[in-house]
Amino acid sequence: MTTAAHSVVEPSPRSKAIAGTLVILYAVISMIPLVWIGMTALKTPSDAIAYPPKIIFTPSMAGFCDLFTTQSRQTEDYIKTLPPPTDTCDEITRSRGLVTAGPSNFLPRFFNSFIIAFGSTFLAVALGTLAAYGFSRFKVPMADDLLFFILSTRMMPPIAVAIPIYLMYRELGLSDTHLGMILLYTAVNVSLAVWLMKGFIDEIPREYEEAAMIDGYTRLQAFRKVVLPQAATGIAATAIFCLIFAWNEYAFAVLLTSGSAQTAPPFIPIIIGEGGQDWPAVAAGTTLFLIPIVVFTVLLRKHLLRGITFGAVRK
Amino acid sequence: MADVELTHLTKRFGTTTAVDDLSLAIADGEFIVLLGPTGAGKTTLLRLVAGLERAEAGAIAIGGRDMTREPPVVRDVAFVFQQYSLYPHLSVYDNLAFPLRSPVRGMSEAAIRQRVEETAHLVRIHDKLANRATRLSGGQMQRVAIGRALVRRPAIYLMDEPLSSLDAKLRSDLRLELKRIQAELGATILYVTHDQTEAMTLASRIGVMDHGRLVQIGSPREIYRDPVNSYVATRLGTPSINLLPADLLPADQLAVGTRTVGARSEHILISRVSGGLARGRVVRKEHLGGHVNLHVLIGGAEVVKRVDADTDFLVDDPVDVALHVPLCFDHHGDRLDAGGADANT
Repeated sequence: MTTAAHSVVEPSPRSKAIAGTLVILYAVISMIPLVWIGMTALKTPSDAIAYPPKIIFTPSMAGFCDLFTTQSRQTEDYIKTLPPPTDTCDEITRSRGLVTAGPSNFLPRFFNSFIIAFGSTFLAVALGTLAAYGFSRFKVPMADDLLFFILSTRMMPPIAVAIPIYLMYRELGLSDTHLGMILLYTAVNVSLAVWLMKGFIDEIPREYEEAAMIDGYTRLQAFRKVVLPQAATGIAATAIFCLIFAWNEYAFAVLLTSGSAQTAPPFIPIIIGEGGQDWPAVAAGTTLFLIPIVVFTVLLRKHLLRGITFGAVRK
Repeated sequence: MADVELTHLTKRFGTTTAVDDLSLAIADGEFIVLLGPTGAGKTTLLRLVAGLERAEAGAIAIGGRDMTREPPVVRDVAFVFQQYSLYPHLSVYDNLAFPLRSPVRGMSEAAIRQRVEETAHLVRIHDKLANRATRLSGGQMQRVAIGRALVRRPAIYLMDEPLSSLDAKLRSDLRLELKRIQAELGATILYVTHDQTEAMTLASRIGVMDHGRLVQIGSPREIYRDPVNSYVATRLGTPSINLLPADLLPADQLAVGTRTVGARSEHILISRVSGGLARGRVVRKEHLGGHVNLHVLIGGAEVVKRVDADTDFLVDDPVDVALHVPLCFDHHGDRLDAGGADANT
């Protein structure tokens, strides 16, 4: 288009500039809390609670050291009797009159989050995709009612059923287990997965499977070779939504996990340091907690852009 | 290749009967074209043969084996869909290789490569093998779709209006290619179309369908010259056959009980007469390049005849019209003089 000024499809330079400014403004406002958390993670505990807040400060690894270790207060005389510090964290800790007592629970909790979030996402997406395929392709008796029932499981906040679930889990021995949390998050996510995937699979024309079945494949093989590759976009999008929920979930995690299966969300905010909440450690934990989901989203962003099936079947 | 026999096949969708007690025997190496308007049940019939639909009644035998209840995978048929339906996530090569890689065939990659390349040459798509299937033009996509069927040697090829989405030039090119390929392979093909040119040029036999029934089947010549009723008569011929009241025009040899006369262009004689005696006049001339369609209004009916492009008839010319051995239909539209047209000409 050479006549951009009069084009209907191409926005004018002025509206582009306005739109750009708005987007940048929104991005900056959204980023402020993240930047604040990142900054707090790099402050010393005393800088973190200074008032007025310190914008310029000397960065410190104290928050990260506190996050990964437990410490105990010792007298200066005792600290002098110790062998020289073995790493930077030791050095920082000792300069505050503390000694490293051992590793903290952060890594195991983080690992729990990882297993539970990815495990439940995998299950929810796998079950959701198969169920959606069934609803999309076969005459399921009372399909609309069943789909509504599946959706209805999301109509109240999950925490409303917290007490029955708590009692049930106690009886079944699922409290504070990885399996229990995976099943719980799968149950919550599977309804979302069914509905999202049904939309995506409905858009894949049946002709592909029919062609594949005539070409010498069973329905299951056709599903794997023809439907799944084309549903990749939908699967990626669904997985991201499920993962974000399972990764961030707080209420059930507080209620049902306390020890061996505790996830990072209930753990991070209760990191107590010398004389109260250890804000740099909390901020450091939050920063690290954000990374996997950002990486996952970035890795799958190619699939989030629609269009790989565009134009192959004429409607 | 094998012969295919359909006996008393019936398929209903709810209250509508898509295929109604249809029987058809297709011999090995035959090219059968099913002709009919949208909704006549042509596509449903193909899908029944392929095993994509289950018949309510009747039987399907392929190569002498009863396949009525078998899934598509064991029927050994190839299908070209009306829409391209190439696998969009695969390259042209992988699309063509897809049927050969089926676990039921167990071909080696070397054998597959050879067959794919042969087929790619056959449908003239060999220079695009590495392309993504979605990066092709409409004609190229359709050639790949046909190639994906031809890469196999099934009992029968089923083709559902494979050329309908293409432009006229490409359609006529591919039509010729398809005929050439069929002759080369000796393939058995059941082909569905609503395009009479495709039916006339491709078919060894044409089956005319209406409301799920096979109204008539025969060679293109038979169907054109000896239709069993007025419905079949209107399916073939350009311009379309003129259906006129029996007493409108003088004609030789009308069968007893004729209600409607079917006059094809070649049955009509138009003559120039002077003013007062003329019963009709030319109302329109349609220039179609090589010829002209002359519309003549006579006794309240419009008659269309195809004449040479350099005709000296002009609009508003007074003319008279006579018929020479037209087709005669009774009040149901059924033929009265069946077999007569051949005898008289």
